[in-house]
Amino acid sequence: MNLKPETLSTIEKIIPRYPQKRSALMMVLHEIQADQGHISDEAMEWVATKLEIQPINVLEVVTFFPSYRRQKLGRCWVRVCRTLSCGLMGAYTTGEVLEKELGCKMGHTTEDGSLTLEWSECLAACGTGPVALVDEDLFENMTPDKLGPVIAEIKKRAAGGVPTPTKG
Amino acid sequence: MPVSETKLLMKYADEPGYTPGIESYLAVGGYEMLKKAVGMKPEDIRGEVKASGLRGRGGAGFPCGVKWDLVDRKSGKPIYLICNCDESEPGTFKDRQLVHKDPHQLIEGMMISAFANDVKFAVIYIREEMPKGAKILDAAIDEARARGFVGSNICGTGFSCELIVHRGAGAYICGEETGLIESLEGKRAYPRIKPPYFPAVLGLYNCPTIVNNVETLCNVVHILRMGAAEYCKIGRPNNTGTRLWCVSGHVQRPGYYEVAGITMGQLLYDLCGGPLPGRSFKAIVPGGGSMKILRYDEKFKGKKPDGAAYEYGVDDIPLDFDGVAAAGSMSGSAGMMVMDDSVDILEALANLMQFYAHESCGQCTPCREGSQWARKITARMCSSNAKPGDLDTLYDMAGNIGGRTVCPMGFSTTWPVQSYIDKFRDEIEAKARDNRCGMPREARLIQK
Ligand SMILES: Cc1cc2nc3c(=O)[nH]c(=O)nc-3n(C[C@H](O)[C@H](O)[C@H](O)COP(=O)(O)O)c2cc1C
Ligand code: SF4
Ligand code: FES
Repeated sequence: MNLKPETLSTIEKIIPRYPQKRSALMMVLHEIQADQGHISDEAMEWVATKLEIQPINVLEVVTFFPSYRRQKLGRCWVRVCRTLSCGLMGAYTTGEVLEKELGCKMGHTTEDGSLTLEWSECLAACGTGPVALVDEDLFENMTPDKLGPVIAEIKKRAAGGVPTPTKG
Repeated sequence: MPVSETKLLMKYADEPGYTPGIESYLAVGGYEMLKKAVGMKPEDIRGEVKASGLRGRGGAGFPCGVKWDLVDRKSGKPIYLICNCDESEPGTFKDRQLVHKDPHQLIEGMMISAFANDVKFAVIYIREEMPKGAKILDAAIDEARARGFVGSNICGTGFSCELIVHRGAGAYICGEETGLIESLEGKRAYPRIKPPYFPAVLGLYNCPTIVNNVETLCNVVHILRMGAAEYCKIGRPNNTGTRLWCVSGHVQRPGYYEVAGITMGQLLYDLCGGPLPGRSFKAIVPGGGSMKILRYDEKFKGKKPDGAAYEYGVDDIPLDFDGVAAAGSMSGSAGMMVMDDSVDILEALANLMQFYAHESCGQCTPCREGSQWARKITARMCSSNAKPGDLDTLYDMAGNIGGRTVCPMGFSTTWPVQSYIDKFRDEIEAKARDNRCGMPREARLIQK
């Protein structure tokens, strides 16, 4: 497991901020996932040693929380909210258009590893639904007729393009 | 006369040119209340908060001052303060606004609360799905630290308090305060059983801990600025201060509105512009997906001060804790979801059951299994595969979840089930009987 030097130094800064080492677990896992795209068995062992807990303590957290992944996420990670408010504004149709235009089924990562497309539960932006979280950026009012620019942006990122910042 | 907003927390945040940076905040008198607070006696600040009647904005509406009074100050253990910014209740999006647009207001509120409660370590627990919010908070904390408002020797008084941002990882149950604490300890977010684990006594690391919502903590700044007596003039007794109502779904102008002392009808019509063209309101979920649904044509019985009975409708419900409770629901997290006559109520229920089934932490059998059953039954009813008796099974089962679980999430599953069936039984029954599906494909609320 080759963590980038920046990741390692961030981890070293995160741990002492907590009164107890184990509390740093979630934040350390976020750093590792951001670095590697997923959390491998090796990473779990490494974190366990680092925080002086058992590997099982890491595994139980990784498996409990939906945001941690044991399989590599796509280069671009798209999460479309499907909860009630977004549903009322057409989220399911939005999801369907995205599946078709991006050539990726909901809940899947493309074979070339460029894109992960999935449903998510309420993203706390219900007033501007349907919404999607594309990497760190929130895209709002994603009704089927307004998807053009969003799809273009996702395709660009999936192809390795640099994210265009949005408000989020 | 149409009503307008009463802006307290969002007074500056929505102004053009106002940024999340510290300069914007300082320019409008930011951190003056922290400077004032550190010159006061902590118990006097607590007294002010108690006298303000401020009720928690996270869901249950428990009085903040009373909660602070419950903190065990004699144990000799450190006291912790946690800001709950998990904001995962369907329909709720106000904490996001407060964090994104005015992070220093929250930081100031937290530092005042920390000083008032002798807290040396405070945490903002923010959900993973708000990555930008976490970054904005991190940057704001750095700015505040550089000016001596966070960290050691705050405002040169010798008072020190660390403040960090901790990110969740996609689990709704981390909004529940003890689930949050477990998660912050680096464990699965299994809520703890109360008693004995009331956070005020046995919270983070089994030390006394205060867990407050973002909006609650922001209010503390204004209570100190205005004084409790003046603050109490906003709203009604026992429902003091403003509230940020989040309105989503079928209204002309969805969004968040900071209001006090208005009715539900005034919010829905004057501020949100009423139903979409050609439509009429059918149902309102007043306080987040967990709360009981109201039928728009429903009537409630009230009593005037002289004892005379009268009838009122949804539009006349006073938009506050007690007003919504009197109508048989709760204002919860103030996430109002509005459905018009195009909505098939069973599909709406099925959508929410998908949510609760996904979010049950799995610790208690009734919640874990019950929510899965509710999801399956409602889904098959929506895909024209209802079995005879499905509706009664669903209803009976719901009666066996709430109150039999470790945390109140049992109720979050059962309240929608029971209230949707109680209020729309005819519609749901007819649909099950005829095995037909209500919503057109482009408006559907569940996967087909
Ligand atoms: C299942 C469940 C989910 C909750 N989610 C949230 C949440 O997302 N944000 C929040 O502030 N409170 C949430 N709460 C309420 C918290 O447990 C807690 O009461 C609240 O944060 C206290 O803050 P307050 O007193 O300022 O309202 C939730 C409660 C339950 C039972
Ligand atoms: S009621 Fe549900 S969410 Fe709460 S502890 Fe039990 S299983 Fe977990
Ligand atoms: S329902 Fe989609 S963001 Fe809340």
